[in-house]
Amino acid sequence: MKARSRSNKWLIYIPLILAAFFYLIPMYVMLVTGFKGFEEVSLKTMWDLPKGIRFDNFVAAYKALAPYLWNSFNMVFPAAIISSILGSLNGYVLAKWKFKGSEIIFPAILFGMFIPYQSILIPLVEFMRDINLYGGLPGLVLAHVIYGIPITTLTFRNYYATIPKELIEASRIDGCGILSSYWHILLPISAPAFVVVIIWQFTSAWNDFLFAVVLTSPSNWPVTVALNNLAGSQIIAWNVQMAGSFMAALPTLLVYIFLGRYFLRGLMAGALKG
Amino acid sequence: MRIKRETLLSVALVTPSIIAIAIFVYGFIGWTTRVSLSKWKGLLPDYTWVGLENFKGLFQDPRFHIDIRNTLIFTVIFVIGSLIIGLGLAILLDQKIKGEGFFRSLYLFPMAISFIVTGVVWRWLMNPATGSRMSGLNLLFDSLGLDFLISRWHTTPYWGIAFIALPAIWQMSGYTMALYLGGLRGIPVELREAAQVDGANEVQIYRNIILPLLRPITLSAMIILGHISLKVFDLIVAVAGKQLPLDVPAIYMWQVTFDGYFFGRGAAIGILLLLSVAVLIIPYLIYTLRTEAEV
Repeated sequence: MKARSRSNKWLIYIPLILAAFFYLIPMYVMLVTGFKGFEEVSLKTMWDLPKGIRFDNFVAAYKALAPYLWNSFNMVFPAAIISSILGSLNGYVLAKWKFKGSEIIFPAILFGMFIPYQSILIPLVEFMRDINLYGGLPGLVLAHVIYGIPITTLTFRNYYATIPKELIEASRIDGCGILSSYWHILLPISAPAFVVVIIWQFTSAWNDFLFAVVLTSPSNWPVTVALNNLAGSQIIAWNVQMAGSFMAALPTLLVYIFLGRYFLRGLMAGALKG
Repeated sequence: MRIKRETLLSVALVTPSIIAIAIFVYGFIGWTTRVSLSKWKGLLPDYTWVGLENFKGLFQDPRFHIDIRNTLIFTVIFVIGSLIIGLGLAILLDQKIKGEGFFRSLYLFPMAISFIVTGVVWRWLMNPATGSRMSGLNLLFDSLGLDFLISRWHTTPYWGIAFIALPAIWQMSGYTMALYLGGLRGIPVELREAAQVDGANEVQIYRNIILPLLRPITLSAMIILGHISLKVFDLIVAVAGKQLPLDVPAIYMWQVTFDGYFFGRGAAIGILLLLSVAVLIIPYLIYTLRTEAEV
């Protein structure tokens, strides 16, 4: 019985490898197209490997996308860092300093994570106009920071909930107040949660399209909006679009490849499981 | 005395976020509701009260009928497809095989990519051109002798929207797999061993013990995937642009508001989307937080 099940085990790899092909197909097409020379590119030979490594498509895509890639970078870092700091403070209070009403405030904050942004888009645009942040990157950063608060708060609260209460109580006996026990006790052990949250916010701000397309003017477009525009235009060839797509995907892909374990943890927090 | 001061301080720490959420989430929802009940059509705000006129207009609008139909078809195919593929892969990966980590990362990586990138690439994979201009997946199927798979993809009359679910499944099924795998890992080994001792075979163990235990995961996954599909927007725009046969409420909202300046109607769509998401999410939030409190 046991021997049979072992000898058949390789069968499991057939569906696993087929699934792997399914997930890799778009990457394959992006890469083989990207590395072809212009004269080699044709929809007929889309699936063929390139004859050599050429960078024509990447150079052309970079020329078209460079300013927007930089817009994305300039927007993503402040958005991720500020919302993480806010999330950390909220998580600390909601996990360790529960006050009257905090058990209502927590789900009320969480709900903000799930709303369809179409239901706040019109006021958001009007508000940004009123405070003169419409069209530029700071307004987009502000939107990502605020609508990032629910997920960052959730992640930090779940993380701090696993830290023994005694640690805080001991620090209080030593004369620490609420701020100094955060600073001396919790912050130094918060690195794992910060990594998870910053990666998560980095990815979702980088990949966002909706806020970007309604809040920024063309010169401040992040790369997602610029790429969609590129793909919709008749002038830019599909092979350049492929190379551009790869460039737009690269930063989050690298984060995923090198920090994937943490990324997964961020995902799980999105499912409300700590 | 010190306790009191600390309570004040703890409230003060969360106050900026609470104010921000109160304004940007709840205040703005209220504002949108007000706009949805107004006559506002044009560049300048017009808050003249019209009651439910915008909602009535929407439900009489053939375009909105297409939107509801498309959202339903997309949701059913996307959610069921992601659940089946996700569960299948999770069960396969749970068989203590070599290279599990490798496969797991491979299936999950599309999650890191934006819907825009996914959409732009799949736009070329799902190229519907025929004959000598054939390309993308059709060309691949043709050269592999799998002609029966050749398809008009999202340009298929009436069912085009179903094919948009394919890139969405590509992107989200790995995530569903990760949810299920987490659930499978949470099932005590003793349970399986006890069943084996009782003479149950693998299929029976999965059907009678493991699948019922995974039901809460299926529920979470359905809710998360369901609320993503109600909001789907950028993926469709990147694959096919904005065209009526593939229209969904989020695209209609965007066009009617920011291209057509019919703010009243755009706000009404936003509120309807919010209500449909809230029906899913509020019971889910209450349920999750209550079970969490019981643990």
